[in-house]
Amino acid sequence: MTDGLNLLVGLAMGLNLVALGSSRLPSLIQVAAVQGVVLGVMPLVMEPDFRWMAVLIAVATMAMKGLVIPALLRRAMRTANIDRDLNPLIGFVPSLLVGAAGMIAAVLLARQLPLLPEHQESLLAPGALASVFTGLLLLVGRSKAISQVCGYLILENGIYLFGLLLIHSTPLLVEGGILLDLTVAVFVIGIIVDRIQRAFDSLDTRKLTVLRE
Amino acid sequence: MTSFLEITIRLAVWLLLAPLLPGIINKVKAWVAGRRGPPLLQLYYDLAKLWRKGVVLSTLASPGFLAATAFSWVAVLAAALLLPLGPWGTSLSFRGDVLLLVYLLALARFCTAGAALETGSAFEGMGAAREVSYAVLAEAAIITAVLTLSVQSRSLSLEAMLAPSAGAGAALLAAGLFTVLLAENCRVPFDDPNTHLELTMIHEVMVLDHSGPALAAVLHGAAMKLLLFSALLVQAVLPLGTLPAAAALGVLLGGVLAVAVGVGLVESLLARYAFRRVPLLLTTAFLLCVFALLVAWKGGAA
Repeated sequence: MTDGLNLLVGLAMGLNLVALGSSRLPSLIQVAAVQGVVLGVMPLVMEPDFRWMAVLIAVATMAMKGLVIPALLRRAMRTANIDRDLNPLIGFVPSLLVGAAGMIAAVLLARQLPLLPEHQESLLAPGALASVFTGLLLLVGRSKAISQVCGYLILENGIYLFGLLLIHSTPLLVEGGILLDLTVAVFVIGIIVDRIQRAFDSLDTRKLTVLRE
Repeated sequence: MTSFLEITIRLAVWLLLAPLLPGIINKVKAWVAGRRGPPLLQLYYDLAKLWRKGVVLSTLASPGFLAATAFSWVAVLAAALLLPLGPWGTSLSFRGDVLLLVYLLALARFCTAGAALETGSAFEGMGAAREVSYAVLAEAAIITAVLTLSVQSRSLSLEAMLAPSAGAGAALLAAGLFTVLLAENCRVPFDDPNTHLELTMIHEVMVLDHSGPALAAVLHGAAMKLLLFSALLVQAVLPLGTLPAAAALGVLLGGVLAVAVGVGLVESLLARYAFRRVPLLLTTAFLLCVFALLVAWKGGAA
């Protein structure tokens, strides 16, 4: 069971790096979607006995993160009429290297954390830390609003991974609530992106630092 | 006496088998494109033809031009002799021979770049600059891969390093080494071996002034380097040391063939990358090797 789970977390961590290295927005959205689906499968792998609630949450996570949110983002991208994040604040090669260093740091840091004995061997805690770090890096390092939303999604995926550590003590209803919040947030951001595009003729968030009447 | 005979056979294998690999790659490319393609032995014909031709030298070239070309060919051949061939082992094995292998390849590249500069053509100087700037990144990846194998097997000699499988990180290492193979041998995502468009060439630029036997040495050296990297990749990833001798030899040959087919498929299905995207790809290869190294470290510690 731990092996299968570690494989999935490793896949999610690999996808983090792909997200840091891809310059095209459609592929970035695709990466965030695939990572969401991978995360959705995890509760099923972790729970050996069949539970309706777990299956429901897994299916809902996969549908939301894999289909609904990417569809919203693609729509926002089409209306804004851009498909590349040119000249990001942190270049692609540096951000890839920083992301990899952060991933190694996350593995080392997770070893120091006082985890439960059953979580010592799993990659969940390092994976969560690495995803949060990747999300932050995308948020500060990219200039277009849509890639920053993808960074936000990956950051949330990291928090979800942390949540999986507590899967036996938190009710899955909490996860469902977070999922709903996330979808609404992306929905709102989709509208905001449209507004930014109309007001500024660009999605470069660096232009949003000046106050105007 | 036996060792002399053995080295002769080994030399013959490397010298004679190497030009087959580009033929296989071209056949695969032709098959994907639905063409008949050049014959499998085309490179042998080319080499024979070039060998009979005369040499045209740039008026600026010193004797160093031909010497550097010959040096580079000999360096690749020497590196090839160090590489064990599955159950056949190697004729020369000592502690740290893997470092010699890496540096012989670097020496070969230095000589090729030197010969290119020797002609005095600005265009070839540009090609040399491109080649070495990618080599810096590719070398970081290949040294990390060597380090991974050495941590995995706790040894510094190629024979011991390549016998066991690369362990849990094998898939990562395979992907990293395959990317390095494509970069080192100037295959498609990095450089197009068919193109003669001035702005896109890397390796082809450097050898523009070579002709006759010198060009034959360059082409043959490139084919040997391709065979060397394929054999290294197959042996690094698959546990050939644990198989019986005949099976291991079969697996090695099959693996090299599979690598050639893989290169052909990559070349048919991918387009050449823009220059500014190449560092990104090479950094990815480096990171893949770094993670394979981490996995090997963790496996070794546990």
